[in-house]
Amino acid sequence: MHILVCIKQVPDSAQIRVHPVTNTIMRQGVPAIVNPYDLYALEEALRLKDRYRGRVTALCMGPPQAEVALRKALAFGADEAILLTDRAFAGADTLATSYALSAAIRQVHRSLPIDLVFAGKQTIDGDTAQVGPGIATRLDMQLLTYVSKIVSLDLAAREIVVHRRSEGGVQVLKTRLPALVTVLEGINEMRFASLTDMFRAERHPLTIWNKDDARIEDATKVGLKGSPTAVSKVFAPTPTNRRAEIIETHGGQPIDLAATLVAKLFSSRPDVAFAINPSLTPDRRSL
Amino acid sequence: MTSSPAQQAQASRPAGRRAAKLDERLAGYKGVWVFVEYERGQVHPVSWELLGEGRKLASALKVELAAVLLGPPDGAIQGFCDQAVQYGADLCYLACHPVLKDYRNAPYTSVLTELVNRYCPEILLLGATTLGRDLAGSVATTLKTGLTADCTGLAIDPENRGLAATRPTFGGSLLCTIVTLNYRPQMATVRPRVMAMPAPDPARSGRVIEHPVALIEESVVTKILDFVPDDLIAEANLPFADIIVSGGRGMKRQENFRLIYELAGVLGAEVGASRPVIQAGWVGAERQVGQSGKTVRPRLYIAAGISGAVQHRVGMDKSDVIVAINEDANAPIFDFAHYGIVGNAMTILPALTQAFTEHLKTLKRAG
Ligand SMILES: Cc1cc2nc3c(=O)[nH]c(=O)nc-3n(C[C@H](O)[C@H](O)[C@H](O)COP(=O)(O)OP(=O)(O)OC[C@H]3O[C@@H](n4cnc5c(N)ncnc54)[C@H](O)[C@@H]3O)c2cc1C
Ligand SMILES: Nc1ncnc2c1ncn2[C@@H]1O[C@H](COP(=O)(O)O)[C@@H](O)[C@H]1O
Repeated sequence: MHILVCIKQVPDSAQIRVHPVTNTIMRQGVPAIVNPYDLYALEEALRLKDRYRGRVTALCMGPPQAEVALRKALAFGADEAILLTDRAFAGADTLATSYALSAAIRQVHRSLPIDLVFAGKQTIDGDTAQVGPGIATRLDMQLLTYVSKIVSLDLAAREIVVHRRSEGGVQVLKTRLPALVTVLEGINEMRFASLTDMFRAERHPLTIWNKDDARIEDATKVGLKGSPTAVSKVFAPTPTNRRAEIIETHGGQPIDLAATLVAKLFSSRPDVAFAINPSLTPDRRSL
Repeated sequence: MTSSPAQQAQASRPAGRRAAKLDERLAGYKGVWVFVEYERGQVHPVSWELLGEGRKLASALKVELAAVLLGPPDGAIQGFCDQAVQYGADLCYLACHPVLKDYRNAPYTSVLTELVNRYCPEILLLGATTLGRDLAGSVATTLKTGLTADCTGLAIDPENRGLAATRPTFGGSLLCTIVTLNYRPQMATVRPRVMAMPAPDPARSGRVIEHPVALIEESVVTKILDFVPDDLIAEANLPFADIIVSGGRGMKRQENFRLIYELAGVLGAEVGASRPVIQAGWVGAERQVGQSGKTVRPRLYIAAGISGAVQHRVGMDKSDVIVAINEDANAPIFDFAHYGIVGNAMTILPALTQAFTEHLKTLKRAG
């Protein structure tokens, strides 16, 4: 069995700050991490490997520094790690990203056939959840998104059964391999990397591919050139000029504050009063 | 809002890429489409919200607004075409086939792609649901066009008639506007409750165009073995609640959440929470409000012990009235709440429960 896991290195968005005056992003010192959603995908792949044996390959497209993310994947137990890096990839949107990644996956598949491709539900920087479906569509693989459980995997029959989160319930889906699975958060708990694996990860040679190594023939389809979308502007959310009306009472006792607020809501916000008590029909509200 | 030159300079792509003139072939793409999400006898409300928004875009462009409905030939689906028209569509493309009974990526992608290639809309909008995101990603890839996810604002650029799609970026701290260059259709997804629900107009009439589907079940690889509906009681129906009482880290302990539930009980409200509360396991993840949780727009949102971080705010600041209870008078939530009480939530919440109970009693007596 061979599973390929797509992982992305992202800035830890919890630590991104916007400069209060210039509204620019202060990137300095913001650590790069493995996209948290992708760790669930990696762990799920490793669990299948523990059960069925086989190999797990981690693939990341990014700048040379993204090597750190792949070393982490190796430390957790991935067998192989491929960094897809080329200046031509810069500025890619999701269509161009899925093009480059699917070319690389095809190339991996040529040397060792792939049964499953795993991706995270979404990234915390792009936040689009589009790259997974994009890769599946390009590689003509069956697509299983928002998977909350892998029920069974039958390598001989080449079938997989999963639970897929959908609106209002869970779909139990059966499909044929190879398939692309995007993994829902919380499906598992990440293991700890063992000391041996950490040492191995440090020494393990990374495979580094540029666009030719990945056999990307059409350079107009990658990076900025290959991206149908463009950012036309970046700006800070409109500050509301509103400032809450602070309820104050003489003495400030909770019950007086509460009663004042309730009276205010009912007298000045008929819509709210109506929501709270639908028997307040419009006629009676005007009384 | 207009942006300063400094913000403009932030744009990560050179403005020169904004194609002034479309290829002739692409200029033939006309009309705004909304994919209407129909499953198990119901239309997802986000589709009506999108028709409301699509109406505005279509009017700005002076083109028609179309609803696209895919599903099984179950008799009910026709009625939803009429509803789509009431919500603003001028026409409805209808594709019915048993293969389309429940959502599966491949047949839906194939039919929607076929429709787009045949009728060539310039804009295609879908709800950012698990279905919409799955489908949009595949359709955009098949059509090799641009797709902008989770938009919070849609507008037409009067200069080039292009769609300007605005969405949060960098963990919600900034917004960015994304345009699709020389590609059509321009695709976007929008989360439920981000756009206002339009009022249906029963007087409207429109056309239905039926699209034949040439698929057979045997050629669809993925099979649905079962569907397990969510336990409706356990699954909070937050996005559509009229009143929400939410608690944050300031509630200190799980036991204190009882105070939130008590107030919610009196008001007939749903309970919401900020992310740290979910991470601490005090309430289930389905109750998270915010960027990585649900977007809500109730008439009344009461936030207790919530600081008002931007990631929480983006999920709730379209509420009609926001009441904040926080012991810190400088908490950011007071910058966008309508009413505030500065004080300890543990004493204010029970007082509010009592005050609302009494007020409702008085109304009943008077009534
Ligand atoms: C990528 C990303 C996505 C995120 N998504 C979300 C999301 O979807 N939803 C979300 O909510 N957050 C989200 N967050 C987290 C967000 O940034 C904030 O950390 C979070 O909203 C803070 O929650 P809080 O207000 O409950 O806690 P805090 O910020 O710790 O605020 C607690 C507040 O309680 C007040 N308080 C303390 N004691 C009392 C008392 N006794 N009575 C009254 N007030 C009291 C304090 O003054 C303080 O203002 C996200 C973050 C990132 C990076
Ligand atoms: N540059 C990348 N390298 C490897 N995998 C990626 C990359 N970008 C996206 N992915 C994968 O696609 C998923 C969805 O990403 P996104 O569409 O950006 O939200 C991620 O969780 C990753 O598994």
